[in-house]
Parts: sequence; C-alpha cells; structure tokens
Amino acid sequence: MSDKPLLRITNIDVFHGTFQALWDVSVEIIRGETLALIGANTSGKTTLLDTISGLLHPAKGTIEFEGKDIAWLDPYQIVELGITQVPEGRRIFPDMSVLDNLLIGSYNGSARSKKSQNLEKVYQHFPRLQERRKQIAKTLSGGEQQMLAIGRGLMADPKLMLIDEMSLGLAPIVIDELFKALEQIKERGITILFVEQNVRRTLKEADRAYILETGRVALSGTATELCEEDRVKKAYFGVEVCGV
Amino acid sequence: MMGSGDIITPLVMGILLGGLYALIALGLSMVFGVMRLINLAHGDLVILGSYGGYALMTLLGLDPIVGLVISIPLMFLLGFAIQKYLMGRAFGISSEAPLIIAFGISLVLQNANQILWTPLSRALNTSYSNLSFSIGLRQFPLTYLLDFTAGIIVMLALRAFLIHTYLGKAITAASQDKKAAQLMGINTKRVYGYAFAIAMISAAIAGVFLGMTFPFTPTSGVSFLTIAFGTVIIGGLGSMLGTFIGGIILGIVQTLGGYFFGPASQMLIVYVIVLVVLAIRPQGLFGR
Repeated sequence: MSDKPLLRITNIDVFHGTFQALWDVSVEIIRGETLALIGANTSGKTTLLDTISGLLHPAKGTIEFEGKDIAWLDPYQIVELGITQVPEGRRIFPDMSVLDNLLIGSYNGSARSKKSQNLEKVYQHFPRLQERRKQIAKTLSGGEQQMLAIGRGLMADPKLMLIDEMSLGLAPIVIDELFKALEQIKERGITILFVEQNVRRTLKEADRAYILETGRVALSGTATELCEEDRVKKAYFGVEVCGV
Repeated sequence: MMGSGDIITPLVMGILLGGLYALIALGLSMVFGVMRLINLAHGDLVILGSYGGYALMTLLGLDPIVGLVISIPLMFLLGFAIQKYLMGRAFGISSEAPLIIAFGISLVLQNANQILWTPLSRALNTSYSNLSFSIGLRQFPLTYLLDFTAGIIVMLALRAFLIHTYLGKAITAASQDKKAAQLMGINTKRVYGYAFAIAMISAAIAGVFLGMTFPFTPTSGVSFLTIAFGTVIIGGLGSMLGTFIGGIILGIVQTLGGYFFGPASQMLIVYVIVLVVLAIRPQGLFGR
C-alpha cells in the first residue's frame, strides 16, 4: 500500500442535533483497497458513511476526496465526484421497475452518458437483474433487492463505493454470492468501504478494518493485526475464530 | 341542472364534472405525493389561474384557453419560486412550517385578488360558453365536455412525464425514498422545485376550465380545495390515474346524490363517502 489516500477523514466530530455521534474520528482509504468498518449498533458506522455522502456535515475536522475538501458539499455533488452509497436496508425504490431503479442510479451528469456500458456491467455481475428488469422492485427477494441496490450504486460510475450492512438478514448462500460480486467490483478498480456487524466474515473479505466504539475509532489495522489484539478477540470473536 | 326522472343525465354530468375535479386535484396530489406537503394554497393557486385567464381575456381579448400560452410559463415560474424561496426553507425549520407557509400564501392570494378584482363574482364567458352538445335526446353543456377532455389530457401528460422522462423518474424516486434519491445523485431541492412548478401548470389549466364552468370569487379557492381533498382522498394521494378516477367518483356521487336526495344534500353525501373511504381505506382506493 502506497501513495496518497483516496479519501482522508481527519479528526471529525459529527452531531445528530445535540447528540454527538462521532468523536475525533480519522479514517484513510487507499485507492483500490477494500476497507471494513466494524462496530456494534450505534457505534457511529452509518453516521460516518452518511457524513462522507454529504447527508450530514462535520462540526469539526476535514474530509478530503482526491485532495479536494468535500465536507460541506451536498449529496448530489458527492455522487458526481464519484462516491456512491449503498444504504442500509437497501432502500430501493419499491414501486419502480428494476430497470428504472438502475437508471436512477445514473441520474447525475457524468454517469448518464455511460449508462448503457454500466448497465451491461451490472447485468454481468448480477444476471438475475437482467432477467427481472421489468419486474416491480418490491417483488424481488431480499437478496435480489440487495443486488439491485449494489447495481444501482454501480450505475453512478463510482470510484469509491460505501456499502452499509450488505448481509443483514440474508441467507449465507446469498451473502457468499454478494461477496463474490464485491470481489469482481474490486477487480474493476473500484475502492470499497463496507460496514458490517458480521466481524468474522468482514475480516476475511477486507484488506484493512477500523473498529468503532461509541463514536470513536478504537482500533485499526490489517485483518491479521486486528486478530492478534487481545481486546478484539475478547470483544468480537471468541478465540477460535481468529485462530483459523 | 338535471333532467327529471332520468338517471342517465346526472350520471353523464357527474362523469364530466369529475373530470374537472380531477383536473383541479392533480396538482395537489402531485405536490403531496412528492413532498408530503398538504398544499393549503392549492385552491387559491387554481383561482389565481382563473383570474389570470380573466385578465388576459379582458385586457388583451384573448380566449382563456389561448391565454394559457402566457399564464402557464408564469405559473411555472411562480411555482418554482414558491418552492425554492418559501417551502424549501420552511422544510428546514420544522415539519409544520410548510403547512403554515401554505396557509399564508392562501390568505395573501385571497386578499390580493380581493383588492385587484373586488369580491364580485367573475366568469370566463366565451362565445362557446353557452353551447351544448347532445347524446341521444339529452343535452349537456359543452364546457363540461371541455373540462373532462382537459382532465384526461393533463392526467395522461403528467403520467407520461413521470414514467418516461429522467426528471419524472427522479421526481418519482424522491417521492418514494428521499434519502435514497439523494444518495443516487438527485438534487432533491431542485427536483422539488420542478415538481411544484409542474403542479402549478396543472393549476393554471384547472383555473381556466373552472372559470369557464363556474363563476368564481377571490375566496372560491377554499371550496375547490375541499373538493380537491375529497378527490385525492378517494383516489389516493400521489397517483395521477387514481386521482383522476377519484374525481370521476366524486363527481358521480355528487350528481347522483343530488338526483336521489335533492340538490341541497349532494355535497353532504360526497363528504360522507369521503369519510367512509378514509375510515376503510385511508390510502385511497388506488393509493399504495
């Protein structure tokens, strides 16, 4: 791992009204890597993703993407720069067709001109979406809806993809399929930041991880490094997991 | 208004009148569907469209329907400005603020129209206002047929816009999930501006056809807002086709109610039906 980070978050504080959700958080993502954010509910993972996406703004600290300060941009401007988020709970547009959901993903200026190429790529990752392109999105299964949410994110032609709780509520066989797709997406040169509660799986798939605890970065490092930390073992895995 | 002892006449009148009700309600339905805003000023904005037609007719001698060429762009800009400078900011303050702003716009329009046009009742009388057409032996006012036709055309145009254009899809997406729409790169503030502006196009058209059908005063907006509410409650907020069918149902209930129970109770029967629909199916007959 070398050169300048793709995204550099430095010492940010973020509030929900008067409640402080993130405290002095710093995170770096290197171009091409797959980075995981681990933590319990309310540890601030989703808040961090929403701040990167411009839905929230930091009270303190900076967020730089490719060297440009993006902390105060609106969400649509962030998408135009090449950061897309696949939100928790998938949040597909339930009453629109699968194809329309995908097309909405390419709404922003630069992605719209590449929509047919990107659509083809999405169909390569998820052939089932092509079969069901005319179906109303809410009639898809949970796994297919997650594929649609990821596909819709890819239609924005991102450099960095933020994926929140992808495997929540899905069967293991579906989760395997989704992680396989993430690997292909990574091979295309798209950097991935994903949030998971399934720690074991996360450390297997990610190059590096950050552990958040009550809005603070508790630990960070490569999967192997984190496994060797006693605190991590106790808090998250149980010994046998890390031994593998 | 009704042929005696003949049910076909009130039925046809109800269907045609329902087209006008739908035309009035489409903009209300669209703004609610997209922004979850109950636009209390909608009736007054429709009446503003009626006065616009009246002004162009009396000052420039334009036929009210031809006058739409001028009033539609003006209402479009007014709608965009209302959303951008008033509603958009109000959304940032609290969820009640836009409702109060809408109420304020309603009062301002009523009073401004009273100063400009006096409280006297006005009408858009044209050379064809008093013509009629016949189905078999029965005669119907031509304006009612024009209302119905305009209602269908505007409903189909809005539907096609929402389904087939990129902006329409973005408006639909923002109405189904605002956060997800933002994350997909949709500038929701701008999309809301367009949605309000497009609703105002339908209000301009509704105002003209309303003015050709019924006399109006500066405070008429209130009663037509009530009718528009009834229409969208029956049809389902946000669905253009549902709103249209809601208008037809409301029109038929009104004229048949008058036929069976006398003209004095026709609106009472309409609102009893609205309450029944609200109690049994609050999302409307065709709502999601």
